[in-house]
Amino acid sequence: MAETTAKTAATTRESASRTAEKSRTSWITTQLENERVLGYVLLTPAFLLIIVFIAYPFALGTWMALTDKVVGQPGNFIGLANFAKLLDSDIFRTAAWNTVFFTVVATAIKAALGMWLAVLLNRKFSLSRVTRAAVLLPFIVPTVLSTLVWLWMLDGTFSVFNWILRWLWDMEISVFGLVIKEDFGYIRGPNWLGEPSWAMGSIIMANVWRGLPFFAISFLAALQTVPSELYDAADIDGASGWRKFWHVTLPMIKPVAIVVVVFSFVVTFADFQLVYVLTRGGPHNSTHLLATLAYQLSMHAGNLGEGAAAALFMVPLLFVVIVLQLTYLRRIGVD
Amino acid sequence: MSTSALVGETYRRRLIVFYIPLFLFVFAMLFPFFWMLITSIKTDAELYNRRISPFLVRDPTLEHWRMLFQDTLFLQWTWNTLWVATVSTGISLFAGVLGGYALARLTFRGSTVFSVWIFITYLVPPALLFIPLTGVMSFFGLVDSRVSLMFAYPTFLVPFCIWLLIGYFQTIPKELEECARIDGATRVQAMVKIVLPLAVPGILSAGIFAFTLSWNEFLYALVFLSSPENKTVPVGVTGELILGDVFFWGPLMAGALFGSVPVAIVYSFFVEHYVSGMTGAVKG
Repeated sequence: MAETTAKTAATTRESASRTAEKSRTSWITTQLENERVLGYVLLTPAFLLIIVFIAYPFALGTWMALTDKVVGQPGNFIGLANFAKLLDSDIFRTAAWNTVFFTVVATAIKAALGMWLAVLLNRKFSLSRVTRAAVLLPFIVPTVLSTLVWLWMLDGTFSVFNWILRWLWDMEISVFGLVIKEDFGYIRGPNWLGEPSWAMGSIIMANVWRGLPFFAISFLAALQTVPSELYDAADIDGASGWRKFWHVTLPMIKPVAIVVVVFSFVVTFADFQLVYVLTRGGPHNSTHLLATLAYQLSMHAGNLGEGAAAALFMVPLLFVVIVLQLTYLRRIGVD
Repeated sequence: MSTSALVGETYRRRLIVFYIPLFLFVFAMLFPFFWMLITSIKTDAELYNRRISPFLVRDPTLEHWRMLFQDTLFLQWTWNTLWVATVSTGISLFAGVLGGYALARLTFRGSTVFSVWIFITYLVPPALLFIPLTGVMSFFGLVDSRVSLMFAYPTFLVPFCIWLLIGYFQTIPKELEECARIDGATRVQAMVKIVLPLAVPGILSAGIFAFTLSWNEFLYALVFLSSPENKTVPVGVTGELILGDVFFWGPLMAGALFGSVPVAIVYSFFVEHYVSGMTGAVKG
């Protein structure tokens, strides 16, 4: 190690002496030998981008939220009036509640089903590679485009699900020779997107479909790091499959699982595309999320100030998640 | 699971706990794609007839495909998306590789603080920034311009790339670099000639993932672009093929299908890289 330092010092001295007699390019080379200088230089592109396109817009958005700015006109400072107005409106309160409900329910379903799928995929079977690749498809294609298929499959008139329901209904299923169907006339099936609670359910279903592969594949990667000796030991102790999952698998993949869940939570929380395509916040503004409400207020109604305020309501929850993540990451860093 | 768990497992049990659930999962994941395909090749007469089974295609037609490619700007949108995704991925990799290297390898004042800030920006969703960013873009004269997206997408791609690459650079032994420096290489030479070539798999993962993220982005593209000929595929298909309440389901599904194909191709060539990018993104 001492030798290394000596030699490094020698190299530096050598290049330093070269600097004296050579041009400006070698002056730059010497400067870049300095860890601090090089660090700052390498970070400059990322730093500029973040300042101009994230930090400044964030500050600008916060300022806009405090003004009555509308499209095409400079706004006047109005303090917290936008926030007060939003908190007072039913549409906003519904959107805030929807955001929390949608995020919690969708993330929970994705985590549970994702874990199940990961355990299935972790077995050895023929075509396992192809199956894994196929299962990831919903996650890689553009969300709006796949959501368009859901819009079509959930169509009020031509829904394929309702077609299947009608078909099953028409089959006249009989039990012990008794036909259990009575003629209730023409069965319509649920109005998937036209009725508030069905619409929220449909949005959650589409989100689960799209996000499930991310959970499954991330969990699968974690499962593959669990040493098989642990299962052998559990087998010797006579543990059942379920107990092995609960007492061996789950504790082992907990660190990754937590990070995956939190990450997905943030993405689901700020979702825009699903609601935009499936319901546009309808029927009667019952399925808005904070993101779509901010879009409607700013881009449709033109109230940039109010829209910016609605978007800023995402910050408190994001903040909590970021703090949790950072403390958690730091903890695994220390271990 | 371990092999011993499978010993003595009856076929019947294996069918119930394994094959049937797995089949149902795969079926559910792929059914919407099947639906895209068969909707796009049915005639309107079949599409809008509720009395016949929607699972059969009686009279396949390529009319909707023809309409998508000839009567809409779909190819232009594909080109726009490709161009925007490539440039923003390039910008993000450039800034991400340099920044990731600096934060993983160099010690200097503020590096920890900067890492934390990168992590925070990584979690900032576009939905939070799109309103003020519209103002920033018009300040730069980028109203209704594809270039605006090339700068907007790096806002979520750069933090992602840096985060992923810090993890990757840390797996490359420091000794390799030290050896090169003993042999007289400068820091920059050691980085460019020793570390970066070894980091190619990680850079590729970051690039593939960044490319698909840009291809799929919707909100910024929706807000920043207004002329049909500037739009990206996601915005063009949803914006131009739905007129008010009239949905052209045939061309819409053809658009969804062909808008997904390019990313699916990129993905199929680089599944392993994509997966390691995805899992690396959350592991950090």
